[in-house]
Amino acid sequence: MSAIPGSMAAPGAVGDARPSRRAEPVAFLALPGGLYLVLAFAVPLLMLLFASVIRDGHWTLSSYAKFLGDPFSWTVLANTLRAALLTTLICLVAGYPVAVALTRAPGALQGLLLASLIVPLSVGVVVKAFSWTILLRSDGVANQLLVALRVVEAPVRLIFTEAGLVLGAVNIFLPFMVLPIFSVVRLIDPRLPEAAATLGSSPLHRFVHVTLPLSMPGIIAGVAFVFSMSVSMYVIPTLLMGDRFKTLSILIARSFLFMRDRSLGSTVSVVLLLIAIAVVVASALLTRRWQPAR
Amino acid sequence: MTGVERAATVAMWAVTALVVLTLLAPLAVTLAVSVSASPVFNLPPPALSTRWYERALHSRELWPSVWLSLEIALASTAAALVLGTLCAIAIARGTFPGKTALTTFMVAPLMMPGLVVGVAMLQALRQVGLRDAFASLLIGHVVITLPYVTRTVLASLSLFDFTLIEAARTLGCSYPAALGKVMVPVLAPAFLTSGLFAFLASMDNYPISIFLVDAWHKTLPILMLQYLEENPDPTIAAISSGLIALTIVVLVAADRLVGLRRLAEF
Repeated sequence: MSAIPGSMAAPGAVGDARPSRRAEPVAFLALPGGLYLVLAFAVPLLMLLFASVIRDGHWTLSSYAKFLGDPFSWTVLANTLRAALLTTLICLVAGYPVAVALTRAPGALQGLLLASLIVPLSVGVVVKAFSWTILLRSDGVANQLLVALRVVEAPVRLIFTEAGLVLGAVNIFLPFMVLPIFSVVRLIDPRLPEAAATLGSSPLHRFVHVTLPLSMPGIIAGVAFVFSMSVSMYVIPTLLMGDRFKTLSILIARSFLFMRDRSLGSTVSVVLLLIAIAVVVASALLTRRWQPAR
Repeated sequence: MTGVERAATVAMWAVTALVVLTLLAPLAVTLAVSVSASPVFNLPPPALSTRWYERALHSRELWPSVWLSLEIALASTAAALVLGTLCAIAIARGTFPGKTALTTFMVAPLMMPGLVVGVAMLQALRQVGLRDAFASLLIGHVVITLPYVTRTVLASLSLFDFTLIEAARTLGCSYPAALGKVMVPVLAPAFLTSGLFAFLASMDNYPISIFLVDAWHKTLPILMLQYLEENPDPTIAAISSGLIALTIVVLVAADRLVGLRRLAEF
């Protein structure tokens, strides 16, 4: 196969000479969609990137130096990453058992469980974040439950706290963790853990050495989904935290929409963009690393 | 079953029950608040009332936003179905350098921070002199919807046996007729599920839209968040309940057509 450099959709010459291979220009069908995303998505992002490193016609990293030199930026970065990591971790710990339960559930129950994941997933994030503001109020359902279960003696403040934010975010993003793991776990051959059991492996050993490695592609996909969504969430912290808590997204929105500080906004945007790209690249590399295990 | 396994199974089902309850709780709470007579969000509702629904129905701001969101979502989903299917066919059938990179690129907007994409698009559109909010929103929302279609149709095509098309042609079908009679029915579930999620993603988008709307063109999520900040009363719960009901109706229809398990394929 000859690779033609520089043209992404150029058809490769293929040795197979069946008549249907004349349809090889089929590669050009990718042009409209691909070009659309290049023009409407990639070029604007590249322009943003260039705008952040060019000032008065010169290359400069001064806006980044200014951003990284400000302790406030580090607080914002730490807030963003901490909330995203906690959200992702809790989603994984709570989501994995649900994914396994889904594979074990008999038909009708499985349908019900799937519906209770897909319906909340399909309802808009503004609606869900709004309902969490009601749930987390000091006289809200969450507090009534905590008091009734004697976890706390008097209602505690949940809304406008980081715990409340993570709780809401976990709840909103959980289906994006469960479904990718489910789609991988359900393909695991049940005879594999059984074979390990026959060979005398303990349940814990079986889970760690057979089931868990086989579910890694799903775990990686779920973690990548949830982390990239929670690191850039905007509506949820706006409603559940208000002004007190600054994340990268809130800083971006503020600098463009209220402060009209394009330089700060572009810089923070590029920082967030780099985090998102790192997540995509890491998940692609990790998936490749775990693929032969399947 | 050993003790450890039994304990693990019990823990698994306990976590699952808790997760299902917390996933459904926000929806139940929204419905409860929307039919409450009280203007503050106390639960359980002291008395039942439909006043918030009436207020929502008579809102002058709500309906233009609903129509705008529906128009943008329908148009961008339709565009994505065409562009995404063509792209998926090229990736599934073609051999060309950079195919893997193209596949990653086509779904990349799903993983990129919405606010950043929105800002970048706003600045690029201003650069080329486009200031029309409707056109800007449409351009932005195709970026949101396209990855859903490309990803799902590509997954479906990778299971499709293309020799069936040749078989149909051998039996006397023209090439377009073969595509229409053989490939389209096989891909129909993929069109439906990806179109559904693309539509919902467009209807729900806040971070890209916020940079592309203007004072006269506000999509529904933008209007809802603005309303919540200005006058938080259960009108918003009534609107939310309407959206929840609409989502459930659409999902039930999709379940009848393609089955729940296909909707869950991620």
